[in-house]
Amino acid sequence: MRGFGKWAIWVYSGMAFIFLLIPIVYTIVFSFNDYRRTNIIWTGFTLDNWLNVCDAQDVCRSFGNSLFIGLVATVLATTLGTMIAIALVRYRFRFRNTTTLLIFLPMATPEVVLGAGLAAQFLQAGVPKGLLTIILAHTLFCLSFVIVTVRARVASLDPALEEAGRDLYGNPFQVFWRVTFPMLLPGIIAAALLSFALSFDDFIITNFNRGAEVTFPSYVYTAAARGIPAEANVIASAVFFLAIALVLIAQVSAAVRRRQLAKAG
Amino acid sequence: MAFTAFSGTAQAAEPAVRKRSPIALLLLLPGMFYLILFFVTPFFSLIITSLQEPDPLLFGEFNNAFNWQNYVIVIETYWEQGLRSIGFAALATLFALLIGYPLAYFIAITLRPFPLLQALGLVLVIAPFFISFLLRTLAWKQIFATEGPVAGILSSVGILEPGTAITGTAFSVVFGLTYNFIPFMVLPIYSILATFDLRLIEAGNDLYGSPATTFRTVTLPLSAVGVISGTLLTFIPAVGDYINASRDFLGSADTTMIGNVIEANFLVLSNFPAAAALSLLLMALILVLVGFYVKRSGTEDLL
Amino acid sequence: MTNNEVPQGGFAEAGADLELVGISKRFPGFTAIEELDLTIPAGSFFALLGPSGCGKTTTLRLIAGLEEPTTGRILIGGRDVTATKAYQRPVNTVFQSYALFPNMTIMENVAFGLKRRGIKNADSLAHEALQLVELDHLAARKPKQLSGGQQQRVALARAVVNRPALLLLDEPLGALDLKLRRQMQVELKDIQSEVGLTFLHVTHDQEEAMTMADTVAVMNKGRIEQMGAPQDLYELPKTAFVAKFLGQSNLFTGDVVTTAKSSIVVDAHGTRIEVPTDRAQLHNGRITVGVRPEKVTLHDSAPKADSSRNVIGPGRITDVSFSGVSTQYEVTVPHHGAISVFAQNTSISTLHRDGDQVWLSWSVGHTFGLADEAEAEPVSRFHADLDTSMIAVQSRKDLEAELEEA
Repeated sequence: MRGFGKWAIWVYSGMAFIFLLIPIVYTIVFSFNDYRRTNIIWTGFTLDNWLNVCDAQDVCRSFGNSLFIGLVATVLATTLGTMIAIALVRYRFRFRNTTTLLIFLPMATPEVVLGAGLAAQFLQAGVPKGLLTIILAHTLFCLSFVIVTVRARVASLDPALEEAGRDLYGNPFQVFWRVTFPMLLPGIIAAALLSFALSFDDFIITNFNRGAEVTFPSYVYTAAARGIPAEANVIASAVFFLAIALVLIAQVSAAVRRRQLAKAG
Repeated sequence: MAFTAFSGTAQAAEPAVRKRSPIALLLLLPGMFYLILFFVTPFFSLIITSLQEPDPLLFGEFNNAFNWQNYVIVIETYWEQGLRSIGFAALATLFALLIGYPLAYFIAITLRPFPLLQALGLVLVIAPFFISFLLRTLAWKQIFATEGPVAGILSSVGILEPGTAITGTAFSVVFGLTYNFIPFMVLPIYSILATFDLRLIEAGNDLYGSPATTFRTVTLPLSAVGVISGTLLTFIPAVGDYINASRDFLGSADTTMIGNVIEANFLVLSNFPAAAALSLLLMALILVLVGFYVKRSGTEDLL
Repeated sequence: MTNNEVPQGGFAEAGADLELVGISKRFPGFTAIEELDLTIPAGSFFALLGPSGCGKTTTLRLIAGLEEPTTGRILIGGRDVTATKAYQRPVNTVFQSYALFPNMTIMENVAFGLKRRGIKNADSLAHEALQLVELDHLAARKPKQLSGGQQQRVALARAVVNRPALLLLDEPLGALDLKLRRQMQVELKDIQSEVGLTFLHVTHDQEEAMTMADTVAVMNKGRIEQMGAPQDLYELPKTAFVAKFLGQSNLFTGDVVTTAKSSIVVDAHGTRIEVPTDRAQLHNGRITVGVRPEKVTLHDSAPKADSSRNVIGPGRITDVSFSGVSTQYEVTVPHHGAISVFAQNTSISTLHRDGDQVWLSWSVGHTFGLADEAEAEPVSRFHADLDTSMIAVQSRKDLEAELEEA
């Protein structure tokens, strides 16, 4: 029974991993397809799509838009979110529960509702939809995730470290930049990456607030009806490889550091 | 990690004594102002919009009113899509749990002696996040296409009649939802099981519990917080999703979900009051479900 | 140097006096410190001893400037620093968790305080401090690569290098194992005499406090119970708390029956116990007197009457624990409960056995009288883990007493 249980979970999980990977592999493989009109049937291997990505001008332009929106929204959300996270862990203030609820609720709100709500507000206020409204919307839904991520890091920070900084003649400004901030940095970077990933891949909220502006996901959505060029697969695959590389580098360097520490200790 | 959002584990290490300081206000104000301006007031916009009535002269223009019948009309018109959304999302959550729990258990506990494999397992779980949501959904559409590999194999074995579509059915939509939200199920369960003390399993076995009994009486209750968190994180985006059910992806006219209805009313038909009323009803439904679920599970301190 | 600036440039020439005047600290829901007055003379090694939650760490944090007192003033070297911030005070702390900055090297950690004060030759001073704790060869390492004992020494170097007027040690040896702790106690003491700073050491370990400090203050429930040289505190405790927290004590409560010029006599359940007047805090009414276990001698038969000794007995030995250099006996005497006796193992024949009937005696001059009353039952330190034979003996005694009364 026990032996069977051990064996079964390896097989089951292996199948689950394959299941998770199928569409990824499919997307990457079809980025090399020598497609004619639609990129649905395999017609042969080519590197053309990778070498001339910007031949599909719409793909490239929407990708650029998504990068820009992602960067701006990430900077905004990470800054505002980090400030709130520090305040939540370190200070006492009134309306604390209301504040926590207000931070939690956007994560519990379906994207359609967030998107429709913002769109309704922009409509009533007469704000024209475009890059600005997309950035405002993205900053909103990234904010809660940033707060939650950074808050965990702040909470795990030993308050004695900051006290040691003050004790050793660091004024509040110096203590923040030399002690607190460097220690929070891994959490802040993680939050920024998460927020960029969320923004870059968002379609639903964007679709309600983009007007005529095209992001990479909204390009894919509209192109889906008439067939998607393999260049879109190229962009998605490239982003995928970049992200995986980042994660692997982080994991490996963490493992190496752990090993070094173990050796030194 | 943000995926523990619902599990509240982050608070555990908070220091007991917090200070009162004007700095707190400075840190909080900009972000809270942002949340109020772009999260709270939009709900008022939705409420106002949902009660508007059409302008008698200009098509696509609406005037402020107290036209509460909008709610009755949308419920009468779209109750079927609403129920379908709940059903599809519930099924997808169930399947995600059936696939996700063993997977999380495997990575967190079976792979614990092998840190590198464990890290690799985690990367594989979040890998789908790194490739476009829309493209990976389209990939399934093409894999399931009538001329695609799955339909080919199934019809050659005789399970499927040749020419029958797999996409555009309830099956393909639930399949897509399950696939797309599995990582949201795995990660919170994983984060709980990762810190699970294996000696508890040994103690369970030592005290004459069979592996199954030990799992049921020790491991499962202790990972309940992760399961609750994962179910909410899967159900909420699934119930409002409109990509999987869209006819250009895995759905058809017969699989329309509430998200598709809101999108169509808002962006295609310009029937803003209907879209707003439906959004508010969806939000109310989610709040009731979440509240009920959280209360029933006795974990009110999840927030 | 003005009040509101980080102390720049120079170092404190030597330690400075620390004065706490009427300090109270209230947190929402409880009072940590009540009206505390304390003076620590320059250059001394002062220990603040007490159980957890007694307010000793709060006192330390108030002095460091990490908390603000609700009332009262703090003076360092005569200067009022109550209103100044932690980074403006000439005080440094060795934190319980060491609080070494994990993102900096050992060198950067030690030089941190000097650099914040704008001291020019910070690096060479930091190296000197690391040499003092014999860790200069690890200057380029990160804190996590060091052992607990090494981290502790870095934390010490990081504080000492600033030559503070006052060095605060917050249970600095608590995380170390016993052997390392003994070694560090000696090193800390050496370093203190070498650099000549005022050390304020907070600990709950009475042995640590007594070995290291010139002066020990025993703190309980936010107040200082007694203060003095370790041997004075030990030989002449003034309160039941000090008598029991600092080492062990056998306490007896009774009414004063005779008051003479040089001594008073207490009647405790029929046993006369004499105390020198100058060793008793109270001289009439109901008082508690006591004696340390190692001062008590065991006798096989009733000892001859001797006016210079207090005698109690007979009782029965209910527990014997042999620990090499000495043996600890628990003797149960009717009405007095369990009395502890430490006997040096100077000769093999003096060993008594479990169940033996014995008498106890000790010199009148070793008796002390307390200012407060011990709890109704004389509580032995080992009362909590009574062994079964002792419980059996006790219940038989109880039964006999009941039968007698009946």
